[in-house]
Amino acid sequence: MSSRTRVVVFGVAASGFAALLLWGFVGLPDFGHYRGPYGLILNKTVVSARHVTNVPTAVNFDYRAIDTLGEEFILLSGAVGLALTLRSRREREERPPETPDRGLEHTSEALRIAGLALVGPLLVLGFYILAHGHLSPGGGFQGGVILASALLLACLAGEFATLRRGRPWLVMEAAGGLGAAGYAFLGLAGLLGASAYFADLVPLGPMGKITSGGTIPIANAPVALEVTAAFLIVWSELLDQALLVRRRR
Amino acid sequence: MNALVPLAVAIPIVAGAAVAATTTFHWRRPVEVVATTVAVCVTALAAALVVQSSGGWIVYWFANWRPHHNVALGIDFAVDPFGAGIAALAAFLVALSFVYGWHYFDELGQTLFHALTLIFLAAMVGFALTGDLFNLFVFFELATVPAIVLTGYMNEERGPLQGEMNFAVTNTLGAFLVLTGIGLLYARTGALNLAQIGEALAGKGTDGLVVTAFALLVAGFFVKAAVVPFHFWLADAYAVAPAPVCVLFSGIMSELGLYAVARVYWTSFSGAFGAHEEALRAVFLGAGVVTALVGAVMALQQRNLKRLLAFATIAHIGLFLMGIGLLDAKALAGAGVWVVGDGLVRGALFMCVGILVQRFGDVDDVDLRGLGRAVPFTGVLFVLGALALATLPPFGSFVGKALVEGAALDKGYTWVPAVILVVSALVGGAVLRAAGVVFLGLGAPVQEAGSRDEAEPEDEAGEPIGVERGRVPRFMLVSPALLLACALALGLLPDLSSWAFHAAQRFEDRAAYAAAVLHDTRPPSATLQHVGATWSDVLLSLGAVAGAFAVAATDLFRERVPAIFRSRAQRLRQVALGAATASHSGHVGDYVTWLTFGAAAFGAAFAFALS
Amino acid sequence: MSFLPYAVVVWLFVVGLYGIVTSHNFVHLTVCLTVVQSSTYVLLLAVGYRDDATAPVFTALSTAHKAVDPVVHALTFIDVIVEAVVAALLLAIAVQVHKRFGTLDPDECHPMRG
Repeated sequence: MSSRTRVVVFGVAASGFAALLLWGFVGLPDFGHYRGPYGLILNKTVVSARHVTNVPTAVNFDYRAIDTLGEEFILLSGAVGLALTLRSRREREERPPETPDRGLEHTSEALRIAGLALVGPLLVLGFYILAHGHLSPGGGFQGGVILASALLLACLAGEFATLRRGRPWLVMEAAGGLGAAGYAFLGLAGLLGASAYFADLVPLGPMGKITSGGTIPIANAPVALEVTAAFLIVWSELLDQALLVRRRR
Repeated sequence: MNALVPLAVAIPIVAGAAVAATTTFHWRRPVEVVATTVAVCVTALAAALVVQSSGGWIVYWFANWRPHHNVALGIDFAVDPFGAGIAALAAFLVALSFVYGWHYFDELGQTLFHALTLIFLAAMVGFALTGDLFNLFVFFELATVPAIVLTGYMNEERGPLQGEMNFAVTNTLGAFLVLTGIGLLYARTGALNLAQIGEALAGKGTDGLVVTAFALLVAGFFVKAAVVPFHFWLADAYAVAPAPVCVLFSGIMSELGLYAVARVYWTSFSGAFGAHEEALRAVFLGAGVVTALVGAVMALQQRNLKRLLAFATIAHIGLFLMGIGLLDAKALAGAGVWVVGDGLVRGALFMCVGILVQRFGDVDDVDLRGLGRAVPFTGVLFVLGALALATLPPFGSFVGKALVEGAALDKGYTWVPAVILVVSALVGGAVLRAAGVVFLGLGAPVQEAGSRDEAEPEDEAGEPIGVERGRVPRFMLVSPALLLACALALGLLPDLSSWAFHAAQRFEDRAAYAAAVLHDTRPPSATLQHVGATWSDVLLSLGAVAGAFAVAATDLFRERVPAIFRSRAQRLRQVALGAATASHSGHVGDYVTWLTFGAAAFGAAFAFALS
Repeated sequence: MSFLPYAVVVWLFVVGLYGIVTSHNFVHLTVCLTVVQSSTYVLLLAVGYRDDATAPVFTALSTAHKAVDPVVHALTFIDVIVEAVVAALLLAIAVQVHKRFGTLDPDECHPMRG
C-alpha cells in the first residue's frame, strides 16, 4: 500500500478499534472502586498466611510463582537471543580486541571518580533491596536490576575495557542459565519435599524479620542472579555494537 | 496431586536453562543427546497424561494453593485429553526436529538452538495445560520470544530479518490485545482463573465489556494462529526460518492460537454466550472460509517452496477454524484430530524442503527444476505429504475432516464440505505441482511475473550461513518418514473418532470443568458414543485428491493448452489475484494496519452477533 | 473524570499503533510499541485502584487498612519485564537490519513480497 492509502485505511480501522475499546470500557467499574474478590482476599490473608508484608512479592513468588517462572525464562531467552542476534559470525570468532577503545578513552576525571565511588553503594543497595523484597518494596528483580546498573556505572566510568578483559561472556551466560535453572529447581524442591511444585519448604519465620516468608526470600537469590546476568548481557552486547561502529569510523 | 503435570513443564525448562548456561563450552554432542532425550521424555509424559485424563480433568494447583470458597488463589493446570494431546504433539515434533537437525548448525548455533527450542517446548506445554488466563498470556509470550530468535536464526540475510521483525511486531501486538482483554475480564470478575471467570459470567447478560473482552482475546489469539487479516507475518516468517524450526512453527505453534480460542470460549464465555451460538458460528465460519481461501489461492502463486507451505498452513488453519467455529462437539473432535494429523504431515513436508535446501542450496521450485531426481525418496515423501494434505484416507487428517463434515451436515451447513473439498484440492494441488517441477522436471520453464522478488536465492532459503551443502545425512530422512508414518497410524487407530468425540464433549462442558477445578468434583463417567467417517466422506476426500492432481496438472502441462486460453487465464489470474498478492507487501506498517482493521472488524462482528 | 484513566488507555493504544504504522525508522517503531504496552500497564493499574487506599505493603500498617489490589501490581510487574525483553530484541534486530539494508526505513526493507 502506498503511504497515503495506509494512513487512510488505518484511520478507518483505528476509529473502529477505538470505538470498540471505549464501548467495552464503559462497562468497567468506576475508577477507584475495585470490587473483585481476588485482591481483597489476598490483602486480608497473605500477611498471616505467609508472614510476608509485601503482598505483590508474595503473589509473584508464591501464589503465582509459575507466572514468574515463565517470565524468568522470557528474560533469559530474550537476553540470549539478543546476544546471538548481535554477534555476527565474524565477530563471534574474534573477541573484541584487548586494547583500550578510542570511544571511551576520554572520560572526564569527575565522571570516573563519581562513577567508581557510587559503584560500592549501589551494590550494597542492590543487595539490600533484593534481600528485603518480602518485607518492603523490592525483591529479586528490582535488586538484580540495581546490581546490573552498578556494573553499568563502572562501564560508564571508563572501565569497560578492564571489565571486558575478564572474558565475561562465559560468566554471564552461565550465571543467567544458572539463575533461571535455580529458580525452576526451587519449584522442584517444593515438589519433592512438600506437596506441590513451588510449595513452601522452609518454615515461616517471625513476622517482619528477614527470615520470614518461607521460600519467598530464598527465591530472590536465583532470580536476582538471572536478572543481573540478563541485563548485563543485553547492555554489554549493545555497548559492543556502539564501540564496533566507533572503531570502524 | 499428579506430579507428571508440573514435570511436563519443569523438565524441558530446566534442561533449556542448563543448555543455555553451558553454550560457551560448545558441547555439541552431549547437548543434542540430552535435548532429544528430554523431548522424548516429555512426549511420554504428555501421552501418559492423555490416557490419565480421559476419565476426567487432572487438576494441579501450583504451590498448593487450593481455591478458597470458590475463589482461586493460585494458578492451576487443568489437564484434559485435548490439552495433553496438543502437548504430546508439540513434544513429539520437537524430538523429531532435534533428530532431523542433528549437527544442522555449527557449534555455537547448535547448542543455543536446543536451549531455545526446549524453552519453546516448555512454553507450548504450559500453554496447552494451563487453567489460568494470565498464565496463558505468560506462556504465549514465552513461546513468542524464542520463536522470534529462531525465525532469523544464525542468518543475517535480508529476508530472514524482514521475517523476524514482522513476526516480532505483529505477535507482540497480538499479545497486547490479549492482555487488554484480560484486564477487562479481571475488572468485571475479579478473577484470572478460567473456571472462575466462567462461573462469574455464566447466566449474566452480555454487555459491551464482555463482548469487547472476548473480541480482544480472540483477535490476539488469531494473530498467533494467523487467521486473515492477521496472517501476513506468517508467510514472511515461515519462509525464512530454518527447516527444523519451521516444522515446529507449522506443526504446532499456529494451532495453539486456535486451541486458546476454543479453550477460553468453552471455559469462560460459553455460559454467557450460549444463546447466541448461531450468530457466533457465522462469524467463525466466515473467518475460517476467508482464511482458507486466501491461503489456498496464495499458495498456488508461490515459487518459494517454504512460502508455499506457509500459505498451505494458513489455508489449513482456516479449515480448522471452521471446525472449531461450528461450536459442536463432533466438529471440535474432528478439528482436534485433524490438527494432530495435519501437523505431522506439514512437519514432514517442511523437513523434505529442508532436505532439498541442504542438498541444493535453493528453495525456489524453478531453480530446483528436475534436480529432485537425485533424491527420489524425498520425492516420494513429498508426494505422500501432498496427498495427506488433501485428506487422503486413511491418514489422520481424513478422520478429522470426516468428523467436521459430519457435524456441518448435521447442523445444516451443507456448503462446508464443499469448501473443504475445494481448499484441500487447491492446497494439495499446489504442493503436487511443486513436487512435479522439482522431482520430475515437469512444467515449462516460464518467465512470468509471479512471486519472484528482488531477494537473492540465499535470502529466500533462509538457511543458516556456513552449513555444508551437498551431502544429506541419512538420518535426515528418518524424521519425515516417521512423521508420515505416524500420521497414517493415527488414522488407523481404532475408535479414535469416538474417543475424540467423548473428549470434545468434556471440553465443551463448562459446568463440569468449573466443578472439577473449583470443587474437585469428578465428572460422571459416560459411555463412548460411536461416531465415524461415512462413505460420503471417503468420496469427498478422493474427490479432493483427484482435484489436487487436476490443479497440479493444469499448471504443469500449461503448454498443452492453446495459447489464447492460456493468456486469457493469465490475465484473469492477474486481475483477480493482483490485489491479494499486492497486499502481502512485506511492509510492517501494512501488516499492523490490517491487524488494527481485523481487530475492529471482529469487534464489530461480535458486537453484532452477541447483542 | 473517573473515566479519564480508561480514555488514556485507548489513546495510548491507538497513538502507539499510529506511530508504528507511519514509522520511518525501526527504532522509532520499537518505542511506539512500548507506548502501546504502556496502555496495558495503565489499564491494569487503573482496574485495581481503590479510592483512599494505600500500597499493598503492610510493613508498618495493619491488614485492616484499605489497600489497592496487589494482583494487578504483580501482573504489571511481569508485563514490564516482558516488554523490556521484547523491546531489546527488536532493537537488536533493528541493528542487524541497519547492517544489512543500510537503512532503518521500513519502506525500504521488505524484499519478500507476494
